[in-house]
Amino acid sequence: MAEAFFFIAAIGAIAGAIGVVMLRNPFYSVLALVFHLLSLAALFLLLRAEFVAAAQVVIYAGAVMVLYVFVVAYVGGADEPLGAETPALRIASPVFAGLLLAELCIAILGSGLKALDGEGAPYVTGFGSPGQIGELLLTRFLLPFEVASFLLLVAAVGAVVLARRRHGIDAPLDRPRPAATGTMAESVGRRGV
Amino acid sequence: MAIQWYLVVSAFVFSIGAAGVLTRRNPLVILLCLELMLNAGNLALIAFSRMHGNGDGQIFAIIVMVVAACEVTVGLGVIVAMYRGRVAIDVDELRELRG
Repeated sequence: MAEAFFFIAAIGAIAGAIGVVMLRNPFYSVLALVFHLLSLAALFLLLRAEFVAAAQVVIYAGAVMVLYVFVVAYVGGADEPLGAETPALRIASPVFAGLLLAELCIAILGSGLKALDGEGAPYVTGFGSPGQIGELLLTRFLLPFEVASFLLLVAAVGAVVLARRRHGIDAPLDRPRPAATGTMAESVGRRGV
Repeated sequence: MAIQWYLVVSAFVFSIGAAGVLTRRNPLVILLCLELMLNAGNLALIAFSRMHGNGDGQIFAIIVMVVAACEVTVGLGVIVAMYRGRVAIDVDELRELRG
């Protein structure tokens, strides 16, 4: 049974990854990534990482992907031709990816580690549960935990600084914008289109 | 399932993401491909965590997710700033930082 679930989830993950790279519309790429992340969460569940799987679905496939969808809708995801402009690069990049895959597979399968053949360590009750993760985060990994929270703060401030309006909210737009794509200021009649 | 199957899936996803970073020209899609590569790393970390029966790999994976979220926030901020500045959303057109 576990084998069937593994193959379904693995094929879903790889198909989602191929979809991200091959789909021409960025919006569909984002949707393919959501599918990929959900399949990956199923793989995490098979590996007994319950908490990480739940975080993956709620935070990654939920919150982060909503951010992506907003930006794709804002920037306007137009179809684009696939592949690089120069023919040399167009051939070189799949070759590079194939070589990388071959090298990684040789590194994994040729390593001769006996433990890689097995199912892993025997399952202990509570492995991968929120209790165990929380205990590790607040004892052994307290410093990385605090550094991660500081990193999130820096990233949030950086994003606000990067994407802020340069002229304040009431300045006229510097380019025509189609009607009915308006802001809140427009809808309450403070500013015409 | 043996642990090496998970590692092979992770290698596949990583290579597909690397190919996407090299081929695509839209910075949004390049960010998505970076996510793919980070997730491949996460899958390998969690597989090794299962192999050793040790929770450390899962903590690593959670920290990688935090770093990925920061990277997305800043990257999307840069893309929005590019759009505001009417720069083409195409990495081949971005030449201003070239030395």
